[in-house]
Amino acid sequence: MIISVASGKGGTGKTTVAVNLALALGNAQYLDCDVEEPNGHLFLKPVITERKTATLLIPEIDESKCTYCGTCGDVCAYSAIAVLKPRNGGKGGIMSFPHLCHGCGACAYFCPNGAITEIDKPIGIIEHGASGDINFVHGKLNVGEIMVPPIISQVKEHIKPDVPVIIDAPPGTSCPVIEAIKGSDYCIMVTEPTPFGLNDLQLAVKVIRQMGIPFGVVMNKEGIGDDKTDEFCRNEGISMLMKIPFSHDIAVSYSKGEPIISSLPEYKHAFLSLYDEIRSVLA
Amino acid sequence: MKQIAVLSGKGGTGKTILTGSFAVLARNKVMVDCDVDAADLHILLKPSVRERYDFQAGKLASIDVDACLQCKICINLCRFKAIDNAFKVNRIDCEGCGFCYHACPVGAVRMEDKIAGEWFVSDTKYGTFVHAKLGIAEDNSGKLAAKIRGAAKDIAERENLAYVIIDGPPGVGCPVMATLAGIDLAVLVTEPTLSGLHDMSRVCELTAHFKIPTAVVVNKYDLNTANTDMIQKSCAERGIKVIGKIPFSPDVCASVVNCTPYPEYSNGDIRDIIVNIWNTAQEMVLGK
Repeated sequence: MIISVASGKGGTGKTTVAVNLALALGNAQYLDCDVEEPNGHLFLKPVITERKTATLLIPEIDESKCTYCGTCGDVCAYSAIAVLKPRNGGKGGIMSFPHLCHGCGACAYFCPNGAITEIDKPIGIIEHGASGDINFVHGKLNVGEIMVPPIISQVKEHIKPDVPVIIDAPPGTSCPVIEAIKGSDYCIMVTEPTPFGLNDLQLAVKVIRQMGIPFGVVMNKEGIGDDKTDEFCRNEGISMLMKIPFSHDIAVSYSKGEPIISSLPEYKHAFLSLYDEIRSVLA
Repeated sequence: MKQIAVLSGKGGTGKTILTGSFAVLARNKVMVDCDVDAADLHILLKPSVRERYDFQAGKLASIDVDACLQCKICINLCRFKAIDNAFKVNRIDCEGCGFCYHACPVGAVRMEDKIAGEWFVSDTKYGTFVHAKLGIAEDNSGKLAAKIRGAAKDIAERENLAYVIIDGPPGVGCPVMATLAGIDLAVLVTEPTLSGLHDMSRVCELTAHFKIPTAVVVNKYDLNTANTDMIQKSCAERGIKVIGKIPFSPDVCASVVNCTPYPEYSNGDIRDIIVNIWNTAQEMVLGK
């Protein structure tokens, strides 16, 4: 079973829920798909056994074969290739802008002269390892790169569905989140009971409903805000899976990179019940 | 005119609380919310929309099943697996690259303009506010962030305003890059947790890469003072000034629940700290 943990608003506790759920279950897989700011490793402290460069296919132009016909530039929807056609008997020019490239491959396919080959451009790193009996994978975007979804899909290539798979998703509601949670059997939405948390939860719920993935809510930091999030979930028929009260002790153990179930072992049971509830919903 | 953006790397550290405070404290400015896929600043600023625009970005493939020969060339070429076996294009997966459109032997694919969201120019009691709403499950958040920043800059230039103040998105990816290109100061809000420190370091690398002057605010600094010291040390090594430390306070949470920018909500010590942060940020951009 693949369970993703998402939120809309950042900092609500996605990593807390994902890490503790994986630890409570044991013999599980944890994938950190928040490749812009992965944090799961700070809590799980995995031993990394395999490192791979995450890549995006970008065009490489062999100018000796290029006739500056302009086909590649015409088919590129992202203006990632510019061709200067030869004029007055002079030589033409061609330039590619790898930062704009989405790796669709159209330029190489349509080049009539075979002047374009696709090469791997490094955009990040994928690390694979273990933390006790937790199989750990995360991706890390190179700072300065922007193509986030391809790294997420390369992290997800490591999914081993024979054990429970927990995906830690990035915040927000746009393409990186969608890439992270698609294909999940269930999505846990982590929120906090504030107007910001509620607003972003409402946005995230619209996304997850459009994707047709079953979901429920975990409320973190219960007690810091108001009861409008409860009211929203009740009115929308969204199941409230678990509530984690706001506690100074939890905040401090989080700050040190300690999972809740290590410092407050009574939470292990709560996370196991969370998993059982999800399983019974899906059964 | 100076552009100041509030960023963090890690989400939920207090970007919007600080930006909302700047809205109260700064004079002659336009406010912008570049966290377009989880925008919250409007909750504090309570805008009344003056102008509304569609955000058109990218294209979407659409296949005419009557003209289609079912040759599957499009399905085989699409890198984004956006076309299913019934030749239906999945709106969420389609990147609008047009590979299928160019390759279809019978011209059965059309590329349609995509409305990926909307953006607004609004009035608030704190001045003009430019904000946006990304469509549900849409991409192009970076382009939308760039669009509204551009609109806000135009307004600031036209009306001769002193500041464009930007609430940024979390992370270091596409919308963050769109938020920080060409700004005069990045104010990074972090918290004394290992995650906060880790994520702040990555944004610092980014601002260093683009040579953007950077300042740091440590929110909830008293939660773990050893980590706060680590943040200060890390900033000192990078030559980055820590321009304020805000203690944890239920009062700040209460201001959010009350949907009111903090300096308007309370007159306590934290208000003074935030005023001081704004004054220092102002000195940093004006001293340049």
